[in-house]
Amino acid sequence: MKFSLTTLKQYLNTNASVSELADKMTMIGLEVEEVQDLSTSLKGYIVGEIRVVEQHPNADKLHVLRVFNGKEDVQIVCGAPNVRVGMKSVLAQPGCYVPKFNETIEISKLRGVESRGMMCAEDELGIGDDHTGIVDLKTDLPAGTPAAEALNADIVFDVNVTPNRPDCLGVKGIARDLSATGIGTFIDIPKTPVAGSFESPVKVQISDKACPIYTGRFIKNVTNGESPDWMKRALIAAGLRPISALVDITNYLNIAECRPLHVFDADKLTGNIIVRPAKENEKLSALDDRKYTLSPEICVIADERAAQSIAGVMGGTDTAVSRDTKNVFLESAYFEPVAIAKAGVLTNAVSDSRNRFERGVDPLSTIPDNERATQMILDLCGGEASKIVIAGQDPDCGRVIDFNFSEVKRLTGLEISQDKMVEILERLGFGVAGTQVTVPSWRIHDVSLPADLVEEIVRIYGLDELPDSPMRAETLPIGTLLPKQKKEVAVRRALAARGLCQAITWSFMDSKLAKYFGSHGVKLANPIASDLDEMRPSLIPNLLSAVKRNQDHGTADVQLFEVGPEFYSDKPGEQKLVACGVRAGAFTPKHWLAQSRPVDVFDAKADALAALASVDAPVNTQIFKNAPAWYHPGRSGSIQLGKNILAVFGEIHPAILKAFDIKTPVAAFELYLDAVPAGKAKGKLQKEFKASPLLPLTRDFAFVMDTSVEAAKVISTIQNVNKALITDVSVFDVYQGEHLPAGKKSLAVQVTIQPQDKTLTDTEIEALSAQIINFVSKNTGATLRA
Amino acid sequence: MQEKINTLKPELLRAIEKADTLSALDEVRVSALGKNGQITGLMKTLGGLSPEERKTAGQVLNVFKNEIAAALDQKKEALETKALNEKLQSESVDVTLPVRPEEQGRIHPISQVIEETLTIFAQMGFELAEGPDIEDDWHNFEALNMPAAHPARQMQATFFFPGGSLLRTQTSGVQIRTMEAKKPPIKIVCPGRTYRRDYDATHTPMFHQIEGLVIDDKTNLANLKSVLLEFFKLFFETDDVAVRFRPSYFPFTEPSYEMDLGGAMARNIGKEWIELLGCGVVDPRVLQNCGIDSTQYQGFAFGIGLDRLAMMKYGIKDLRPMFEADMKWIKHYGFLPLDTPTVTSGLSLNGGRK
Repeated sequence: MKFSLTTLKQYLNTNASVSELADKMTMIGLEVEEVQDLSTSLKGYIVGEIRVVEQHPNADKLHVLRVFNGKEDVQIVCGAPNVRVGMKSVLAQPGCYVPKFNETIEISKLRGVESRGMMCAEDELGIGDDHTGIVDLKTDLPAGTPAAEALNADIVFDVNVTPNRPDCLGVKGIARDLSATGIGTFIDIPKTPVAGSFESPVKVQISDKACPIYTGRFIKNVTNGESPDWMKRALIAAGLRPISALVDITNYLNIAECRPLHVFDADKLTGNIIVRPAKENEKLSALDDRKYTLSPEICVIADERAAQSIAGVMGGTDTAVSRDTKNVFLESAYFEPVAIAKAGVLTNAVSDSRNRFERGVDPLSTIPDNERATQMILDLCGGEASKIVIAGQDPDCGRVIDFNFSEVKRLTGLEISQDKMVEILERLGFGVAGTQVTVPSWRIHDVSLPADLVEEIVRIYGLDELPDSPMRAETLPIGTLLPKQKKEVAVRRALAARGLCQAITWSFMDSKLAKYFGSHGVKLANPIASDLDEMRPSLIPNLLSAVKRNQDHGTADVQLFEVGPEFYSDKPGEQKLVACGVRAGAFTPKHWLAQSRPVDVFDAKADALAALASVDAPVNTQIFKNAPAWYHPGRSGSIQLGKNILAVFGEIHPAILKAFDIKTPVAAFELYLDAVPAGKAKGKLQKEFKASPLLPLTRDFAFVMDTSVEAAKVISTIQNVNKALITDVSVFDVYQGEHLPAGKKSLAVQVTIQPQDKTLTDTEIEALSAQIINFVSKNTGATLRA
Repeated sequence: MQEKINTLKPELLRAIEKADTLSALDEVRVSALGKNGQITGLMKTLGGLSPEERKTAGQVLNVFKNEIAAALDQKKEALETKALNEKLQSESVDVTLPVRPEEQGRIHPISQVIEETLTIFAQMGFELAEGPDIEDDWHNFEALNMPAAHPARQMQATFFFPGGSLLRTQTSGVQIRTMEAKKPPIKIVCPGRTYRRDYDATHTPMFHQIEGLVIDDKTNLANLKSVLLEFFKLFFETDDVAVRFRPSYFPFTEPSYEMDLGGAMARNIGKEWIELLGCGVVDPRVLQNCGIDSTQYQGFAFGIGLDRLAMMKYGIKDLRPMFEADMKWIKHYGFLPLDTPTVTSGLSLNGGRK
């Protein structure tokens, strides 16, 4: 909300400086975002008087001016069409900073002619957006006077008003808050009833609960000319463009007193005013040049013909006032905030009026503000006012809070004397009688509990005296992180240690790509972009997009991981935490010691297993060829505990890579952290370590078998021969080729045998070996390779 | 005997010295100590001597034999060392060549900062709570004193699903879920992903927040000040920290404040104060919504933007690359895999300077 110091001083009698006022506003919750002070921002800009205007020798649209700066004539090249001899305008001298261009004026040559400064248009001065010509000052001040003085420019505050303080969407409310701090005294401008000399020919009838009270006034024979300078300046300071006296008066009271008003051209109204719900599909052309289609949830102000404005939101064009308007009907009403908020959302109309009504204007100000507005119209536009027309009645606003003043100490820790607290409340307009605090009507929307009064008192009193009370350390939690959260930390660090960089990507993605990843159709109703419209069903796609971006930016080999949620529905909680890693391109770059090779399924499997190990997952997992469709069907798998899928891994399906326009292979895994069973309960002791005094021995076996036989089957068969003695089975060679018949492969394994109680005899070892060969051949059809 | 030794000794010692290979030295050894060696030959003559002579001659011969054996050993060692040195010399490589490639990953600065903040709050006795990214209207708005059509809802541009659920605009829903599930005392922090429909240089549609909540029978605004002051000292690893509270408005706290941070971090960017977070005393309506008696229990809540904290502490200028997964960026701003923050040893390896 922007307003000028002059407007503030209409409501606050103060000698405080601009910076004191700004600081005070900020420290009572009315955050000043900016103070515009032209005497600062226009430093070095002066009144310049044009003495000579000549055509530029090399450019048709430029003039060469001699401009008197108070001391001498200086040569200025100017492109404005409105230059004339004798005109006083604003001269930006060398050294002046021009925010619009983010440049500092220098002596320069324009088309070969030297220019010692710039004559300025409104937009270059930051006082408006006009750029049709340079500012015509029409001033009696001599050349050389600071421009800010000649522009008679106001100091403008831009205050960020929080939604709970609609009263401060009027300067009056801000002034009242400031007065409570003691920085000045509040001026309550009296609103004297205007008698009215005739009965209004327009009557009002209410048939919508959204409007408890509607007051009107017929004013005839007005002259809708320009408003006076003071009002124009107040509006310009507030960022509004003066239009005509009638419109300006309504805008001014909106800013000054948070009083949205409307003025109808009475001659364009048909019959009486009816406040009613809109009809289904009722149409209205509004002042913002939009055509609205309304519905019964929206309250409208209608005449006997049609809806003429959206109540509290926006006027219609059919009954708008113009410079020719002679007779007007003034509206001052109260609309329920919830109804206006709803109408606002349904119409998506933006207006200062909606902004105030939906937050809540003072419910008891309807009649007084009708009087004030009527008086201003009579003062500025002349004419003759009818008696006031009132339909409905003021809403009930009596609210008394039983307030225990010790609440301030309880909730904040601040010690404030009760006298001081009462003084603050009273200056804010609250009535205090003992512990009974009456809430003023303009604060009825946000003050209803003792805590709200605590806020009012502490806000004005300030927190300078707030003690810094350490919290008593009572008990510390046994662990801050839940086991699941600890896993998240562990898996991140483990994957980073394996060479993957941690990414954080959006939780949403492109639905067009989601379909490749088992989309659950969890689409946003209002995505920020059409390619971020669905909650990701997997972490893979966003990482693949990242692979593509990295490769496009010159990183050919990409190693990324993310730990984050994937989503299954739009219901809270239907999400799972996943650790996902991708490797793209070469596993190792070209290097003198190592052969470069593309990433493959075993890189993904290694990452998956390492990630599982980092979260202490059980080791008795099994590998199945059971990965989702976005993996290469022949080069992927799942790691399962029975039916519980802990992780999936593999090379990404070439068709998916094509969809992402990725030209290198990508190996990826997804680890479902929620699926990993919780570890042993804390407090249980680890099984004791027993070192065996007996040395382990190893035996190698090479089997020939059908290529379809899985290595895991061979390994588990051997392990099952004697679980006590056989402690490890490792594959050290896989061969398929010319030395073997087609459809056969050779698999060589090393078996580690750990004698338990006694050294094994050669006979025992031979027997065990024979058993191994026997079991493998029985289970897999393999034969020992000759 | 002595005479023979006197003749043989220099001969043998010279031969040993002259031997320049192990095989040449072995020849000398055989010629002296072998089965038919000269010293062995002398040993054999001892048998022909009288016991007296044998004793004397035997002693002398033994000394001589040991002397030669020692000389042989010494020479052998020298030759072996020489041979080894030559072998090693021939094996030398260019050690300036690069090592086998090993990729080293990095932890994202936001994760690092989440761990840092959790470490600090853990030390203060907070427990960690988490909740879903997709929330219902009750937990994100209604229970937090933002009924439908409440103007404060417009402060937070919200992502909705067609069915009415939404992406949480703040982690405050976790507060509600915690208060619904357990009775005071409550002392939690909840970090997580949050979402708002904003996308420009200083806003991303997804960002991270950590929220704190304390509810018991005595905690007040003065405690909040203490907790935040302490937190920022520990987080920024400096005592040069000041906090300032400006009244503001949040529907779920009353009174509500914006906390500004002063001190070294602000001066670093040429400011006296930096707007940093929202906080306040928990609104009694929120407590009542969760079935907690607001006349008996009280407390505070605060919410901090984690992305912003990471940017401030680690000098990250732009917000948007945080979510672009650019390997070069992650390697530049990311953290070593084992750089786990602890309060005891200082949160970061070097206070955030890289």
